[in-house]
Amino acid sequence: MNMNFSFSSGWTGRMVKVLGLALAGLVLAGCERPIPESVQSGYRGTGMVQVYNPRLLEVKTALNQPPPVIPSPGSEGPKASEAYQNVKVLGNLSVGEFNRLMVSMTNWVSPKEGCAYCHALPNFADDSKYTKVVARRMVEMTQHINADWQPHVAQTGVTCYTCHRGEPVPSAIWFKSNPQPYGSNFMGDKAGQNEPSAVVNLSSLPNDPFTPFLLDKQNIRVNGPTALPSGNRQSIKQAEWTYGLMTHMSTSLGVNCTYCHNTQSFQDWENSPPQRVTAWHGIRMARDLNLTYMEPLTEVFPAHRKGPTGDVAKLNCATCHQGAYKPLNGAQMAKDFPELLKPALAAAKVAAAQSAAPAPASK
Amino acid sequence: MAMLNFERKYRVRGGTLVGGDLFDFWVGPFYVGFFGVVSALAAVLGTLLLVYGAAIGPTWNLWQISIAPPDLKYGLGLAPIAEGGLWQLVTICALVAFTSWALREVEICRKLGMGFHVPIAFGSAILAYATLQVVRPLLLGAWGHAFPYGIYSHLDWVSNVAYQYLHFHYNPAHMIAVSFFFASVFALSLHGGLVLSSTNPQPGQTVKTPEHEDTFFRDFIGYSVGTLGIHRVGLFLALAAVLFSALCIVLSGPFWSRGWPEWWSWWLNLPIWSQWPV
Repeated sequence: MNMNFSFSSGWTGRMVKVLGLALAGLVLAGCERPIPESVQSGYRGTGMVQVYNPRLLEVKTALNQPPPVIPSPGSEGPKASEAYQNVKVLGNLSVGEFNRLMVSMTNWVSPKEGCAYCHALPNFADDSKYTKVVARRMVEMTQHINADWQPHVAQTGVTCYTCHRGEPVPSAIWFKSNPQPYGSNFMGDKAGQNEPSAVVNLSSLPNDPFTPFLLDKQNIRVNGPTALPSGNRQSIKQAEWTYGLMTHMSTSLGVNCTYCHNTQSFQDWENSPPQRVTAWHGIRMARDLNLTYMEPLTEVFPAHRKGPTGDVAKLNCATCHQGAYKPLNGAQMAKDFPELLKPALAAAKVAAAQSAAPAPASK
Repeated sequence: MAMLNFERKYRVRGGTLVGGDLFDFWVGPFYVGFFGVVSALAAVLGTLLLVYGAAIGPTWNLWQISIAPPDLKYGLGLAPIAEGGLWQLVTICALVAFTSWALREVEICRKLGMGFHVPIAFGSAILAYATLQVVRPLLLGAWGHAFPYGIYSHLDWVSNVAYQYLHFHYNPAHMIAVSFFFASVFALSLHGGLVLSSTNPQPGQTVKTPEHEDTFFRDFIGYSVGTLGIHRVGLFLALAAVLFSALCIVLSGPFWSRGWPEWWSWWLNLPIWSQWPV
């Protein structure tokens, strides 16, 4: 009896040890190790803190380095519009500046494919490639962002590289999802939920929060203004769409919710960090760019560049930010390319914005 | 204060952990003991420090008084009194008071010759507090990660810290802890309902025995854990809830810096179906 008992206890003991080790290994494999880096953004003890794993941060920092800048040849000499044909947007640049920007764009967008990615060589003036038509419009978009969206991009500005990072198609773009709301099951409209998507950090939130908010102008702020019900008819379902967008913003910027919100009151501007104002403008900027620049290009793009429902590629927060709360970690790239800044127009716009009422106070 | 007739038999000398006969006496119905004295002193000192903190703070509104931990820049060092040093002293007082109370419970258990279930149970609550206020801040490298002492402010802390990980309901240990809390409440309600109904019979009927109680649950769900067993189940559920709570918060930050939903990528990446990525 005794021997039996000790035998069985030894056996179970070993099994428990093996299982325990396996469990501990699994748990540790799914985790990170201390000590993370943390950045406080609110009053002490409020939990307004960003937490970063320094090893992951290192990878992200390496991925967000600005490319080398070609020195400017100066604005002397003949204009590009005089030297070349069919220059519609950048004609007032000197030939030197123009060629510098063309070479830079090649480095930013199609370093492997070269000039021929956009130009039907040997005729550089030929518009027969769709990529050239798109590129021209994208230059205009870049100027528009730098000039008219300074509340979001400030003086840092953007260049082609901010989104493209050496790829003809930026890595983070979105298409409308193919919702198939009433499939063969009897569950009704899934609203893009319960299909784990990196867009929403693998949560069960709606995985296309972009169509309603960055294309349409659906209401994002769904909380009621009071603690107890006082007539707010927004549903939990609507809140989930908002949370989907917010989760996308959080993961795109590599920050948690407290970067823009004091969760004591999500809607209260007084208690929100100033970054929330920048983000408010960012949402409107993305919507503007999608509507004004991307959607009208739908017919220009070939079918293989379009989404499952035939829509054009569109941009969201991740397109520029790519995991950094300031794209390229805030590198001041655009200042080296004044042709992408259009400073005169920008100054006029900023003056107009300052004379108007502060935007976030209204809807 | 009058003593109940059976009380004298429980007032046993000895069994103290330190100090021999020192403080081994009762005040009214309350055992004092060395640890009772230490606990009371620490509790009074800590409370007075909280009152002092309120006095040098911006408000006497009971809901809004907050004694906050230091800024993160102080790391694991000492902070000036008005900038979190007070929080550090209060935390020391609280830990001393709680631990002494648990040791006083140990002494009472020794006097009564019973098991240490009560101090162990209370100890798990102390462990949860120490995890939040000491262990996790140590693992994060700053006392500033602990929660503030204030009715509203500690709730704000809970909300913001949860949103640091985007969606805390995806924290696996939080899931388990919440399930144990609900199970604990459910078991208590079943147990309480059973005791109340068997001890409050219909007019004309007698009080029911444990046999009757067992029979009810054997009829109802095919099994009765029994009169002693239900208290073991209750203790297990309650302790598991507390211990998994402590685990869920110590994981958040020191062992996971991203959104909790993202943690579940290991499931999507299992080699069974990772060949068909979502």
